[in-house]
Amino acid sequence: MLFRLAWRNIWRNKRRTAITAASILFAVLFATFMEAIQKGAWDHMINSVVNYYYGYVQVHEKGYWDEQAIDKAFPLVDSLMKLDEKAPEIREVLPRIESFALASTGDHTSGVMVVGIDPERENSMTSLRDRISKGKYLEDDEEAALVAEGVAENLGLSLGDTIVLISQGYHGVNAAGKYPIKGLVNFGSPDLNKQMVYLPLPVAQYFYGATGLVTSLALKLDEQDDIKPVLKALYTELDTSAYEVMDWKEMLPDLVEAKTVDSAGNVIVYIILYLIIAFGIFGTILMMSKEREYEFGVLISIGLHRWQLGLTVWMEVIMLGLLGALMGILASIPLVWYFHVNPLRFSGDYAAAMEKFGFEPIFPAIFEAHIFLTQALLVFIITALLALYPIFKIRKLEVVQAMRA
Amino acid sequence: MKVITTKGVVKVYNPDKIPVKALNGVDLEIKEGEFTAIVGPSGSGKTTLLNVIGGLDRPDEGDVEVGGHDIDAMSDNDLIDFRKEHIGFVFQAYNLIPVLTARENVEFVMLLQNRPKKERRERAEELLRAVGLEDKMDKRPSELSGGQQQRVAVARALAPKPDFILADEPTANLDSKSSANLLDIMAELNREEKITFVFSTHDQRVIDRARRIVTLVDGKVSSDEVRGE
Repeated sequence: MLFRLAWRNIWRNKRRTAITAASILFAVLFATFMEAIQKGAWDHMINSVVNYYYGYVQVHEKGYWDEQAIDKAFPLVDSLMKLDEKAPEIREVLPRIESFALASTGDHTSGVMVVGIDPERENSMTSLRDRISKGKYLEDDEEAALVAEGVAENLGLSLGDTIVLISQGYHGVNAAGKYPIKGLVNFGSPDLNKQMVYLPLPVAQYFYGATGLVTSLALKLDEQDDIKPVLKALYTELDTSAYEVMDWKEMLPDLVEAKTVDSAGNVIVYIILYLIIAFGIFGTILMMSKEREYEFGVLISIGLHRWQLGLTVWMEVIMLGLLGALMGILASIPLVWYFHVNPLRFSGDYAAAMEKFGFEPIFPAIFEAHIFLTQALLVFIITALLALYPIFKIRKLEVVQAMRA
Repeated sequence: MKVITTKGVVKVYNPDKIPVKALNGVDLEIKEGEFTAIVGPSGSGKTTLLNVIGGLDRPDEGDVEVGGHDIDAMSDNDLIDFRKEHIGFVFQAYNLIPVLTARENVEFVMLLQNRPKKERRERAEELLRAVGLEDKMDKRPSELSGGQQQRVAVARALAPKPDFILADEPTANLDSKSSANLLDIMAELNREEKITFVFSTHDQRVIDRARRIVTLVDGKVSSDEVRGE
């Protein structure tokens, strides 16, 4: 009977019910949309950054990441190149040998990062071929270099010129070589643009005196969710006393921090949003409690215990909350789906700035069940907590005073 | 013998601001089966006396015993249970539950008493027939006239088979015909079910039908007249 009473009370004042349910609906809709865009934008950004160079997971010799020295290179044995057979989530294994060198031409010198790559494998993840602004992409073992535009500009080099590289190679050997520039590469990021020089892997290995060695294996995965199973498989397959396996979060702590800071900023926005929602819902509950004080007094006077009355009113608000939250989810699904399929695209200066740093200026909404459920649940919890107010009022209700109202 | 006894009952409202003595030493005994009207001018304490007797309000001084129970000694929860079992209220403004039908309103208190469904239904229908609303059982209060609503309220008050019915100005919002009809029903139930009725009223039609008239003036019993039927 209490449930029936609560249910019918909801429909007693249809307009009030509609307003309350609508305020909850819009709260869920807005919060879901905001989170979907924010998380979607970050996922897209991380995906861009990770696939730009690092990969979601890398394998190095133990201790490499802290020193990042050529001496920490390790033999590229067949089993390492076949890691994708051990973990199906690995789409490609990208072997690299990386170190710093001095590049020069004539009177100009500049510090650069010389990376030996397997051209095709590298392209499958980083789409390096697409960044060629002049010239052609590398072949497997040709004696040629791809040079970032910034490096070329610093040194006054152009396509077909020769770049001279000097460095300290593996275990202290002298590393020196000269390579014709086969292509110029444009990176959005100024940092990368001022330091990247690519050589085919065997050429770079020879340059560093590290034949058959690499400093890292970048692993191409489809999505972040694949990291966990890949790490698990690698920890089983690899000798962890010889190798270190790192995911992007360990390699890019600055990016993680930026995301954390951004999320913290958003928490404030969420708090403001939830406060607005809470005040809206509370207003309705307050109005309903005040309006029905007389009725509460009557119900207690005819034998309804305060806890029973409190439970009835609480159920009313809870049902309203559930109704609003469910409607909110239903309304959010098409909206979020639309922006998932048709991401927000920025233009103008902001887009130009993003592109400069190598990010596509688009904000796709993430479409995942947990976003809808979390926001609906949060709004529902707020409603359930606010529903305690009438219980408190009923507990303190002076029956005679209420019936005089 | 189920009686109502008040001894030296004092009730003061706003004791900290401008104190208003609503009851100023009321001594009264109402016996089982009486049909009593409490009359008096507005502000004489009629409603307060009914509230104190019904345990809706607590006296500041004095004792109230209803059916042998000391009302003041009971906890809030015990009072609610006591009212549920022993006292039926009829209010001036009917006070039916708007979202329940006439039948459900009558069944409501029996439900709180955990009576079986069949018994509830039979009792509700019997009472609604007794108050002449057999064709309005499934109507909600908003679909009933004032007189019909008040008859449902009487049926609701009677449903748990209480020992006492406390009715606060039950005819105040009714026309003459509805009032007469309601009083007939209550008088009949008083006779047949031996339920004690106590009314607060200024309605002469109610006063004319009462067998005992207690007059309150300034929170005190100024006269107590017992009449034949």
